[in-house]
Parts: sequence; C-alpha cells; structure tokens
Amino acid sequence: MPDADRTALLDHHIAFLDALREAGLPVSLAEGLDAARATTMVEPLDRESLRTAYAATVLKRQGHRPLFDELFDLWFPRAIGEGRGDERQRQEPRVEVTGGRAAPEDARAMRAELAELLFEGDDAGLRQLASEAVARFGEIGGGSAGNASGRGGAASAGTGGTRGKAAGASTGARSWSPNAALDALTPRTLLAGLLRSDAGRDEFAQSLARRAYRERIARFERVVNAEARRRIAEDRGADATAKSVVRPPLDQIDLIGASQAELAALRREIYPLARRLATKKSMKRKRGGAGVLDFRRTIRASLATGGVPVNTRHRPRRPHKPELVVLCDVSSSVASFARFGLLLVYALSEQFSAVRSFAFVDTVEEVTPHFTAADDVADAIYRMEQGLSMRLMGGGTNYGRVFTRFDEHYADAITPKTTLLVLGDARANYVDPAAATFAGLVRRAKHAYWLNPEPRGNWGSGDSAAPTYAEVVEMIECRSMAQLADFVRDLE
Amino acid sequence: MPESELPSASPAFDSPGEVAKRLSEVNYLAESDIATTVFLAERLGKPLLVEGPAGVGKTELAKAVAAATDADLIRLQCYEGLDEARALYEWNYSKQLLRIQAAGSDATWEKTHDDIFTDEFLLARPLLRAIRRDDPTVLLIDETDKADIEIEGLLLEVLSDFQITIPELGTVQAARRPFVVLTSNATRELSEALKRRCLYLHLDYPTRERERDIVVARVPGIEATLVDQLVEVVATLRTLELKKVPSIAETVDWARTLLALGTSTMDESAIRSTLGVVLKHQSDQLRAAKELGLPCAGR
Repeated sequence: MPDADRTALLDHHIAFLDALREAGLPVSLAEGLDAARATTMVEPLDRESLRTAYAATVLKRQGHRPLFDELFDLWFPRAIGEGRGDERQRQEPRVEVTGGRAAPEDARAMRAELAELLFEGDDAGLRQLASEAVARFGEIGGGSAGNASGRGGAASAGTGGTRGKAAGASTGARSWSPNAALDALTPRTLLAGLLRSDAGRDEFAQSLARRAYRERIARFERVVNAEARRRIAEDRGADATAKSVVRPPLDQIDLIGASQAELAALRREIYPLARRLATKKSMKRKRGGAGVLDFRRTIRASLATGGVPVNTRHRPRRPHKPELVVLCDVSSSVASFARFGLLLVYALSEQFSAVRSFAFVDTVEEVTPHFTAADDVADAIYRMEQGLSMRLMGGGTNYGRVFTRFDEHYADAITPKTTLLVLGDARANYVDPAAATFAGLVRRAKHAYWLNPEPRGNWGSGDSAAPTYAEVVEMIECRSMAQLADFVRDLE
Repeated sequence: MPESELPSASPAFDSPGEVAKRLSEVNYLAESDIATTVFLAERLGKPLLVEGPAGVGKTELAKAVAAATDADLIRLQCYEGLDEARALYEWNYSKQLLRIQAAGSDATWEKTHDDIFTDEFLLARPLLRAIRRDDPTVLLIDETDKADIEIEGLLLEVLSDFQITIPELGTVQAARRPFVVLTSNATRELSEALKRRCLYLHLDYPTRERERDIVVARVPGIEATLVDQLVEVVATLRTLELKKVPSIAETVDWARTLLALGTSTMDESAIRSTLGVVLKHQSDQLRAAKELGLPCAGR
C-alpha cells in the first residue's frame, strides 16, 4: 500500500475513534491501538469483518451498540452514490399489492417488488431496494433536478414557474429525506395484501405471520433511514452528519420525547435493570458493617482460643426495606415518565416492605389494588389507566387540589417509616400549589423525593411550581432511564 | 505492548472462516461476528469477554473453542465471596505442619523455612494452573459479574501480563499464554479497567436461521417443518415484554419435548400444553397466550 493511502486510512481510523468519543463512548488509547491492530488482521474489504473488529476492540457495552453501528455506517459506508448492485431477476408476482392509490406511477412497480421481498423476508434485497427508493424518491430541496422524479418530480411539475428559480439555487441545499421515500412507497399499507397472500393457514399461523411482516416492514423503514443518513453524510461529510442525526444511547433518551419504538425497547429493559439494581442493593447491604454482638456465637468461638474471646461474632444486620408511597402524575404530558417510574418501582417491589401507589391528574386516586392483583406490571398499568375515573387526556393537573385531597383521604398512608415519592413535572396550571399542605406531608414522612422529568433549566418557567415545591422537598431532575435507575439504586 | 511479546505458540487459526469451520465440527454453530472475534482474540492474545443474556451459549463457546483447538479447559466459576485462595493458590498448611514435625528439632529455621515454601506445598487453583501449563489451554472465568469487585483487581495482573506473583516463590510467568474467556450476565457492570484489557463480544439471541440449525444439530430426528414453526414461535415470544425470555437451551428442550410427544405440527393445543418448557413464570405464560391469540393457557 502506498504511504499516502496508509496515512489517509490512519486519519480515517483516528477520525472515527474521535467521533465515537464525541458521541460518548469511552475509547481509551490502548483500545484504539487494539482496534488498529485488529483491523490489519481481518479482510479489509469485507465490511462486516471490519465492523466486528472495531466492535470487539472499542465497544465494551451493548447499550452503545446502536450508536456505534450508526457511526460505523457513516464512516464506512456500504456504497457510494446510487450504490446499485446487479439487477435482481424478476419473478412471477405472488403477492397481492394493496394500498398506495396516491403513489406516483413509477413507485407502483417498486411497491410490487417491495411486497415480494417482504413476503420472502429477503434482507439483502430489502437493503438494495431501500437504497434505490432513497435515490429516486428521497431527494428533497436543492437544484439538481436532473434525477428528481416520483414525488419530487410531481411537486416541481405542479409549481413549474418556480422550478427554474430552484434550479438556479446552489446545489449545496440538496438533502435526503427518509420520510419522502417512505411516503412514496407507503410500506405499511402493504400489510393487508401480504396477509391475504398468506391465507389458507390457520388463525394461529396467521397471527405469527402478521408479527413477522410487521417486523420486516419496520426493518425496511430502519434501513431506509440509515440509507438516507448515508446519502446525507456523503454530501456533507460524516462528521457533520453524526452531530445532527445520531440518537443518544437508550438509557440516555429523554423519557418524555421518546418514540414508540424506543419506549418499547425501554420496557423490555425494565426487568434486566431491576435485577441489576437489586444485586447492587444487596451488595451494598452486605458491605455495610456488622450488626449487634451475637453473645452465644462469640462464647462458642472463644473455646478455640482457650476461653478468650479473640474474635467477636455479630448478628447480620436486618436489611432495611423502606415503605414506599408513590404519587404519580398520569396526565398526558408526563404519562410516559410516570409509567416508567411505576414499572420500575413494581419490578423492584421485593426491595420494599410495602408499596402504595396513587395516580393523579385533577384529583387523586389509589391504584395499589391494580398492582397487587397480578404480577405482570405492564398489564397492571394498562388496567390502572382503564380503571381511573378521572379524565386522563386534556385535563390539567391540579397539584394544589391533589395534595389537599390526599391529605384528607389518605393521611394514614404516610407514617414515620414512609418514603414519599412524587413523580411529576410540577406544572400547576397557575392554580394554588398548596405548598403548605405538601410540606406537612413531607414532614410526616421519613424521606420525601420529587422526581421531575423536565430539564432543570425549565423549572420555574411558565406555570411550573417547581421552585416552590423544591423549597420543601428534595427535587431531582430525572429525564432518562439512567437517571431513574441511579435514583432507585440509592433510595433508602 | 508487553503482551504481544510474550511467548506464543503458532496461531491456532488461520482465518475467521477456519474458526467457524472448526467450531461447527464440534457442534457449535458460530455466526461470522463470533468467529471473527474469537479469531482476533486468539491473534491479539487478549482475553475475550463474552456478555449476554442467560442461555445464549456463552459458556458453550469456551467449551467449543477448547474442543476445537484440542486444548484443556480450566474453569473458574465465580461466586460471591470467591477469594485469592480459591482463585489463585493456597499453601497446604497441614502438609507444612507435618513437614515441620517430621523434620524434628535439630533442623535449622532457615532450612525449614526454605523447605516448606516450595512447589510441593503449593495448592494451585485454576488461575495458577492455567498459567503454568505447557499444553494448549482454554481458561474459562465463568459469571465474572457474580464475583466481588476485589477479584477483578486480582484478574488484572493475570489477564494483562499473564503472570502471578507469589511472595515466597517469586513471579510465575505464563509458559504458554492460555486462551481466556470471561463470561458475564451483566447483573452488574464490570470495571472499566477489566473491560479495557479484554475484547468484547455480545452474544444475543440467534437469528431464526441459526437457531433452526442449532435445533436440528442438537435434536436429531426432528422434522424440518416443525423446527421452522418452533423457531418462529420462539422468535415471536422473544419480542414480547416477558420477565424471562426463552433461551436457546429452552428452545432445544422444547424441541425435545415435542419430539418425545410425537407432535408433528405446532398448533394451539401443542403450544398450550408445552408452553411451560420455555416460559417459567405464570404471568409470562398468560401474556404469551394473550399475545399469540391462544384461548387460555397456563391455568
């Protein structure tokens, strides 16, 4: 290899490591060296081997894997430009194609092909189709209208007068949108046709097939997203793209703004997380010093040293398990946060001697029975939301009334052994926050914490009563799963 | 890098492809990323840290590498309270006492002291044993996350320099570097220092194709269509929000169960009556039954 190439490759390697570090992966110098050595040992033109070599040496936490993959795809793209491979051989269509009435003419053929590939679950074919789809339908803005067809073409044909002006603009504004490509193909509407083509099997097989097709469609959408990112990176450079499109690792995601897919992934993480937290808690307990002197065992042990008690024996400390009272704001603005709080608290319920939970929006209701009935927490949360008599949507949270009513009706819930936990954004909708009543509740409890899913900088803006409450209770910013986990771990 | 200058025998594998082939000969079906990572670990002479959920074949991987390279497997099972005396070495106190008594009273202190701190009185534990062997060795440190954090400090010296310091005897250098595999269920994060010294491999639940191959390899005599359906159902179960997700071992158990019952197709009744083989929580069974559209199961 010429020296210049080698230097360029090394620079690329170092830039990639820098990008990983910037994205929050702790890549040490030694790991970087390992990576460099590892890459010389695998087939350099085999992209997946290269990916494995980097993953083995610099990636030490599975939570960082999606981030790593995204950056790897940006720095070591699969193809350049259109990235077309060989034409696939056409087969007789076997799949009914549904939906897509509004699809442009040239998208029809592609939809038929997509349906075929989804039916077979052909991943390589789907990847290739995704890159074609982005190339043809995903281009937005910019002036290089030469290959603007499909959706882009239709739009510019409608506004023919402005087209010339747009073409005159700089080509630097060209960009790629995964949504434009997906809008043209509308893969989700293919589901019905796929299922009908699969008819003739029993109901159970159908329900399995439905899941499989949904998953494949979702996978196709992900590939289209990745492909669009790749094209953007090609235009702007990987560095600039990484900053704008890369999502943070799962446990850092803002719980309020998380997408459906991210929420589902987080829910699957709940039990493993609960297990990890329980282990940490029990380890901490063991490390805590010994308890009171065990007189009998000390005397018994002293016989070995001629009756002199050289080593004293102690009783193990009784594990301290707090009694927990959780007050959850379930109004629509913070519902996903409240749900995670409840999920985690109940997944860890054996760590607490008792848990009582209350949901509130404009008034407060006890929801403990929903959770004690069954041990499937996700179900319990669903039942709880069904069972609430108050309106969940639209209704503004009335913290003042909630605390007053809680004090009136459930005063017995708070004892000197209780840890009181409030989950909510403290947005009081400009009504009286009843801080004095709340302060009374806090005083009666052993500990009290307020977890606020809003960034600390926003506390006190608009109708937020956070500063008022923060004067009487320890208010903790808790926006991501990681922060939630940290809090629960240290909870006494 | 000091470790790259350690004496190392001729490499065990020529290419990642060969790793995959040799592993499949001992019935471990490795995907290409597993094969590549094993190859790199062997070539770079680094320990391999394998993480992943329970029952995806982490321990099996170490056993398979041992079998494929004709090496002996030395296993250190980690648990809470594991200490130096169990992991590294221990002096055989009772034998030392006997030696002192047998020597009588005329032996000098110096001589006795030199006599009782020799190899003869040393009980080698897994780590020391693995380091002192001249033959190819695979050292498996299983469930590293179960051990206390102090043990990780102990592992650092062993894993980065392949040497153990015994105050009375001096430093024992590895005669031949063992292939080290550490496994972890990630019940707690291992320390950064330990992770830095290892190559990392995350084993996850296998793809449908690989799981199908595993079941066919492990359960001879099972029908191909049944395996397809079985793998499909298990893959679906894994996408649900369950307390305990079915592992590969449980898939294989399920296949054996169905074979023993003479089931030829996965229908509702077959699944309902055998769901307990893969799902071990009542709530998981109910949830699976609901999501899969079984009328009612588990009761």
